[in-house]
Amino acid sequence: MLFSRFLYHFGRYLTMMGTGLARPEKGYMYYKETMRQMNDIGIGSLIIVGLISIFIGAVTAVQFAYQLDGTLVPQYYIGYIVRDSTIIELAPTITCLVLAGKVGSNIAAEIGGMRQKEHIDAMEIMGVNTSGYLVMPKVVASIVVIPMLVALAAFISIIGGYAASVPTGLLSHVEFVQGVRSFFVERNIMLMFIKSVVFAFILTSVPAYQGYFVKSGSIELGRASTNAVVLSDILILLSDYVIAVLFT
Amino acid sequence: MIRAENLFKTFDDHEVIRGISSEFLKGKTNLIIGRSGAGKTVLLKLLVGLISPTSGSVWYDNVDFFSLDKKQKRAIRMKVGMLFQASALFDSMTVEENIRFPLDMFTNMTKKEKLSRVDYCLERVNLPGINRKYPSEISGGMQKRVGIARAIVMQPEYLFCDEPNSGLDPKTAIVIDELIKSITVENNITTIINTHDMNSVMEIGDNIILIHEGVIAWRGDKAEVLRSDNQILQNFIFASPFLQHLREAALERQNELTLRMDKK
Ligand SMILES: Nc1ncnc2c1ncn2[C@@H]1O[C@H](COP(=O)(O)OP(=O)(O)OP(=O)(O)O)[C@@H](O)[C@H]1O
Ligand SMILES: [Mg+2]
Repeated sequence: MLFSRFLYHFGRYLTMMGTGLARPEKGYMYYKETMRQMNDIGIGSLIIVGLISIFIGAVTAVQFAYQLDGTLVPQYYIGYIVRDSTIIELAPTITCLVLAGKVGSNIAAEIGGMRQKEHIDAMEIMGVNTSGYLVMPKVVASIVVIPMLVALAAFISIIGGYAASVPTGLLSHVEFVQGVRSFFVERNIMLMFIKSVVFAFILTSVPAYQGYFVKSGSIELGRASTNAVVLSDILILLSDYVIAVLFT
Repeated sequence: MIRAENLFKTFDDHEVIRGISSEFLKGKTNLIIGRSGAGKTVLLKLLVGLISPTSGSVWYDNVDFFSLDKKQKRAIRMKVGMLFQASALFDSMTVEENIRFPLDMFTNMTKKEKLSRVDYCLERVNLPGINRKYPSEISGGMQKRVGIARAIVMQPEYLFCDEPNSGLDPKTAIVIDELIKSITVENNITTIINTHDMNSVMEIGDNIILIHEGVIAWRGDKAEVLRSDNQILQNFIFASPFLQHLREAALERQNELTLRMDKK
């Protein structure tokens, strides 16, 4: 029962995304919409991403310092741990979980509202490929912009870690920089980008699906928006695990 | 011309449309009438292919719409304009952007050409100069007219109107009816209109079908409405005692005239 429902939704999701991949009616309109979305998603999320990143770095530094206390592990490891844990895990995952709440719910509500107000029907009647025009620019925009946001988040997190540990005397400036520069594996950066692209895809396409097939009524719209966020979060964490297993 | 063949539509176990076959003629205003909840909107959405029938087919000039693939359907849609019951204007766009949207999406017109086409359509619906307003800033009747302007901007061959004049005062309603009628005749297009407005029936009813409990209970044109003794039709059109009285008076007058003609 549950499985057949999953198959039903998954099939419908694939159909929607497949239909969306058709050639754009008018490249320029898709381009314009993609740019608008990049601006909304990218610029619109800068502050929140910056804010959480500072704290991610700060908390990582402080807690790791606490765990190191009284051990033989050298203090500069704090810088190293802050760098790697943010790059590999915290920056992509937490940023995308937050963006699923911000961007995802927005997408579900926007597309769902258009469905309920018959805007999607009106576009279909004009001959517009709505699963293309309404979904693809959002997916493409976020696949481009969210990795940048994540990279920025990682960078700010490291600064946050510095700000929380060096001025408070947990370790010295020299130690922190030494830590940040030790044991660097380029592959981790790759991993960060792979994760952020996958997460970006999830947190736009899943809410788009929820909105696109919303039933009538404002309760349903609210539910679609909630489902979109919850489902995106679950899928992000699930794929985080899968990627971790596959690439490490 | 659009033809419906033995259309059925069931939602869960609620049979809304139960075997409707009809032809909708080119250059005419074809009316679908019926009480609220009779299934007019469902029938119209079946005809434009927004929902697919449980069984039966819809033909656009000898093309079976539901047998087409997505691309071919879209090609037909390019020739379709539709006014929705609630207008369905894009509320985050201005009136001008709304009407221009199909042009932006499908044509290679220059900005200037688009603007002049938009202005022409706005003038056609008697709303010149409201380009920069948002749908929420204009009245319901104006929204309907903007909806019509958007529906005709691509010069469709088929025009669908879902209750173009519901919720409007009689004067405005007549203006909209006449507008749709003249667009239909001028461009020789196939127009299908849902309505339960008696004035529309009498003014622009070239070809009328009455939907009752999912089937066609009566068909004819505006001249036949008065004379028909179909009880469902009479109950629908002449719903109030006042209107029944008017009908009787009109029939009497007609009889008198024919009598006089006979004597001569
Ligand atoms: N998506 C749907 N799911 C289930 N039932 C539906 C659906 N759409 C319409 N119906 C049912 O079909 C019937 C006809 O509805 P429809 O909207 O076509 O009426 P209508 O003739 O357009 O009425 P009105 O004049 O009030 O607009 C109603 O009983 C409605 O409950
Ligand atoms: Mg209706």
